[in-house]
Amino acid sequence: MAVILDVDIVQKDVPAPMRGRRTVIAGLRFALQADEIVALVGPSGCGKTTLLRLIGGLDQEFEGRITWAGGTAPRIGTVFQDARLLPWRTVRQNILLVRPPTPGIADDLLDLLGLSDAAGLYPSALSGGMARRVAIARAFAIAPALLLLDEPFVSLDPEMAEQSRAVLREVLRARPTAALLITHDLAEAASLADRILLLSPGPATIVREVMVPPDRRRRGIAEGARVAADLT
Amino acid sequence: MLTRFGPAVLMLAVWEGAGRAAHSRLFPPLTAVLDVLMTEARSGRLAAQLGITLVRVAAAFAVAMVLGCALGIAMGRQRALDRLLDSALTVLLNMPALVSIVLIYVWFGLSEYTAVAAVALNKLPSTAVVLRQGARALDPGLLDMAISFRMTRWSILRHVVAPQLYPYVFGAARSGLALIWKIVLVAELLGRSDGVGFQIEVYFQLFDVAGILAYTLAFIAVVQVLEWLVLQPLERRASRWR
Repeated sequence: MAVILDVDIVQKDVPAPMRGRRTVIAGLRFALQADEIVALVGPSGCGKTTLLRLIGGLDQEFEGRITWAGGTAPRIGTVFQDARLLPWRTVRQNILLVRPPTPGIADDLLDLLGLSDAAGLYPSALSGGMARRVAIARAFAIAPALLLLDEPFVSLDPEMAEQSRAVLREVLRARPTAALLITHDLAEAASLADRILLLSPGPATIVREVMVPPDRRRRGIAEGARVAADLT
Repeated sequence: MLTRFGPAVLMLAVWEGAGRAAHSRLFPPLTAVLDVLMTEARSGRLAAQLGITLVRVAAAFAVAMVLGCALGIAMGRQRALDRLLDSALTVLLNMPALVSIVLIYVWFGLSEYTAVAAVALNKLPSTAVVLRQGARALDPGLLDMAISFRMTRWSILRHVVAPQLYPYVFGAARSGLALIWKIVLVAELLGRSDGVGFQIEVYFQLFDVAGILAYTLAFIAVVQVLEWLVLQPLERRASRWR
């Protein structure tokens, strides 16, 4: 399979109170192939979100390079830790905001994510899980070549988090897309990803790479937890 | 209804009773003021003077809101600009309206433009301060979201930034309308030969309190109607998602 993204971060520093600057990423290299789902797993505060911001182009101050197949960054759909929906726009309007390239895609996604009945609701009327699903629909609405998932199910209760993961697995089956998943939960990583990169506590660097066996991929959090246990 | 309008009706009744008991030109009852109001309205003078003042209020309001919003947002987003202009803004905020009106009339002459500019200058700093606060409170997460989805600058401004600023804009607009019409009367009293402020000055020279109160009541009513029919519906529309 073709590599669509090559990441080589030599060093990334961020301002730190009373210490000037702090290195959060050092010597981190990996490549992502088309339609591959890679999970980056590390403890809280190790620099995972910073890494995703660099890849998403939200932060361009770092030493190193991020190389895209074709030379320029493709369409990237991002699902943030919090849903980041515009509270003054309905569910459908939030999805249409990012200008879907295909007419009707918003309704297809709402249907696929079980949100058709909520299309006219404002985000304040949604549960946490529904809001995350809307954020997923919005990310898929632009037909992304790469999906960036920044701990998208954090702070949901276990049942709702697994329901939301199941919806994501379903959408990924219907619309195969390369994805980078940031999480601190190894079981979650094993339940969604093809490959897992384990990061060190800050500064982040890859300390181990493991493949999820093909016959055990995307089979739910219980199987993910068993895979995680086998890996450790 | 009773709790909303009861106190106002009671106050008017007390005014009427006290005015009748006083038997003085300096404290006329409500009915005497309404008589003057009707006479002025029938002569066409009331509408003409109200119209002239309203045009000045609208012009000063528009200038103060547009420039104040632009300045406040720029200062809220650009720290260097904020540091550069903060002292000047504080000086303008604390300058008495009377002083700035007199100085502008002295320096630039008595004209329609200087009257509007003098009034706008009095409202501009407080609008800028309110909008600066709004710009500082913009949600960085939503801006990141918009940038990550490569929304255009115009789209970000219209769909992400502006709705977050609406409460601040409406706050500034409502307090602005209340402030500007009062300052317009001062500007008219000092340097114009028409408008409600000028008319009040004429009645002041004649010690005609009924005339002063008639024009004051008429203008309060007009501004209140503007608040009810324009500002409040616009604010409700902008915040219906709440």
